[in-house]
Amino acid sequence: MFFSLGGKQVHGATGAVSFEGRSDPIVVLIHGAGMDRTVWSQQTRFLAHHGFRALAIDLPDHGQSEGPALESIPALSDWIAEISDHFGEKIHLVGHSMGALTALHAAGHHKDSVSSVSLLGVGSSMPVHPELQEAADASDVKAAQLITSWGHGAKHHLGNNPTPGLSMTGGTQALIESTTRGVLSVDLAACSSYEEAVVSAENIECRTLFLLGSEDKMTPRKSAQPLIDAVSAEKEIVDFSSTGHMVMIEEPDLVRQKLLAHMTSS
Amino acid sequence: MVEPEFRRFDTRALHAGQYPDPTTGSRAVPIHQTTSYVFDSVDQAAGLYNLETSGHIYSRISNPTVAVLEERLASLEGGVGAVCTASGMAALHLAVATLLNTGDHIVASRNIYGGAFILMNHTLPRFGITTTFVDPRDPEEFAKAIRPETRLVFAETLGNPGIEVLDIDAVSDVAHAAGLPLCVDSTFSTPYLINPIEHGADIIMHSVTKFLGGHGVAIGGTIVDGGRFNWEASGKFPTLTEPYEGYHNITFTEEFGPAALSMRARAEGLKDFGACMSPANAFYLLQGVETLPLRMARHVENTKHVVELLDGHDAVEWIKHPSHPSHPDHDLAKRLYPKGSGAILSFGVKGGRQAGRKFIESVKLASHLANVGDAKTLVIHPGSTTHQQMSVEDLETAGISEDLIRVSVGLEDAEDICGDLDKALKASQR
Repeated sequence: MFFSLGGKQVHGATGAVSFEGRSDPIVVLIHGAGMDRTVWSQQTRFLAHHGFRALAIDLPDHGQSEGPALESIPALSDWIAEISDHFGEKIHLVGHSMGALTALHAAGHHKDSVSSVSLLGVGSSMPVHPELQEAADASDVKAAQLITSWGHGAKHHLGNNPTPGLSMTGGTQALIESTTRGVLSVDLAACSSYEEAVVSAENIECRTLFLLGSEDKMTPRKSAQPLIDAVSAEKEIVDFSSTGHMVMIEEPDLVRQKLLAHMTSS
Repeated sequence: MVEPEFRRFDTRALHAGQYPDPTTGSRAVPIHQTTSYVFDSVDQAAGLYNLETSGHIYSRISNPTVAVLEERLASLEGGVGAVCTASGMAALHLAVATLLNTGDHIVASRNIYGGAFILMNHTLPRFGITTTFVDPRDPEEFAKAIRPETRLVFAETLGNPGIEVLDIDAVSDVAHAAGLPLCVDSTFSTPYLINPIEHGADIIMHSVTKFLGGHGVAIGGTIVDGGRFNWEASGKFPTLTEPYEGYHNITFTEEFGPAALSMRARAEGLKDFGACMSPANAFYLLQGVETLPLRMARHVENTKHVVELLDGHDAVEWIKHPSHPSHPDHDLAKRLYPKGSGAILSFGVKGGRQAGRKFIESVKLASHLANVGDAKTLVIHPGSTTHQQMSVEDLETAGISEDLIRVSVGLEDAEDICGDLDKALKASQR
């Protein structure tokens, strides 16, 4: 689905279910650095057929959305709030990694726009390894390789994908390689420079769900704890064993069920 | 310096796609010899049929044993996914039928497996899909043959039977400049010798029957989806970029991004055309893939000995293998295939067709049959077998002379292989 936001074309996947004529609550799924809507392929279509208008969004300059890429988490968060304004209603937010920081900031600073928030692969800070940033700055394929390598738990490096025939690591790497030149660099810089995560968490008033991988090397499990501690609103924490940073790809079935239960009861 | 850490090739050949069965602890990949799978609930069944959730429905579409092989091959090739089929020809048909429609056109190497040539030259035209055949050594010929209705560029990484080495980088550049994907048949090279995706290929197909299986006991094929081709930007592939009524108007690129081709090939191609791989065959083929690195290294090593035997042999008119300095692609092969350029070679026997016949009838260890990539050494005379449906003109165009003998070098002791070939060559001259 395409729509216009601030004069720019925005694109998102809706699970092939039209928004027209529907009044179901809206859930916006926000991808991470260097990725796009398709990281939610195992959740979007399911949610779209289970009582939600699902919108897996392409952030600016990602996927099919018009650029330029936004350079900070607060700017991304403001942009997400504009989506709520566009549809004229509060929205559920689901974010992964950079998208989780975006959702976190939006939940903490645009309270009137957000019904609930679900955070996958999130930490109270997201420092970026200088060699990863350097590779991304140079649009070197090594950046995609590093994220793919660090992004999956040891078990899922070998696969055993519930989607028959698909390679988890192969899919992640191909997706990041396809990112518009220079965008991953901007995204990673936005992640590493964001310092308001705990404050945002303290401000949250909506129900909050944490979906965390025990083998997450990008945002280690312990780095999520300050956020969990800071959220005073109703919250649920789900830890996935043998799972890395790409939780929604590594454990698609459980993530689907947890998101549905969380948002349905919010 | 920090480096990405992935399991290495030999490890993935053994493990990719499988974890020990959680219920039984089975270390080997179990053969899931079942047609269908019990649903947890009506809602779960509906979700599976609607591509909302993942899992198995019916073994024509997917099967747990086949899925391990698919994921393993995708991993070894560096792709986003793979779809296994009943045979290599079924894989080629699946790639074509998933991407092309009536009125579309293919540009293909003219030095390809006879069955693939017949499919493209005679069978696909019945369905309105035509092919222009070009010299695989000349990327410019590929470029000149591309028309507005062209939708696919196709070639073999190592041609059959002349072992022409495809300059994958150059031909993929030509294809991509025209907004087209490059599909390569990498059966002769296997992912052990080359990963075509790293050189720009977009779709890799294999006859898994050959070196990947290796034992000559099961037929199978696969297409591996590289996941790098931008179908949306190309705008030439409505099967992937426009809503598909067969699945509630799903648009495969919209939902699945890099895996769009894999998902459509399974959801439509396996479901509707039905050329699926059996779980038992997947199991047999997995046994072969587990030892692929060991076997290919030995195949290549034995091939060196056979090339040395044939080089300068009194009964040999000529030899075609990229490792031989006389081969036109010798330098390209050294660049693309540092581990060796495969274990299939061809040569001409002095004395032409009659001497070729004597040679074939004189081998004692090598087997005369229509296959390649077996653990055992194989010989064949393509002009009278694999390529016999081609006209004399087409044979000449494909570089197949009447005296041509193709050898697929096996894993026997190299001295025994060479001894057998040497004796048969001498017999051919009597």
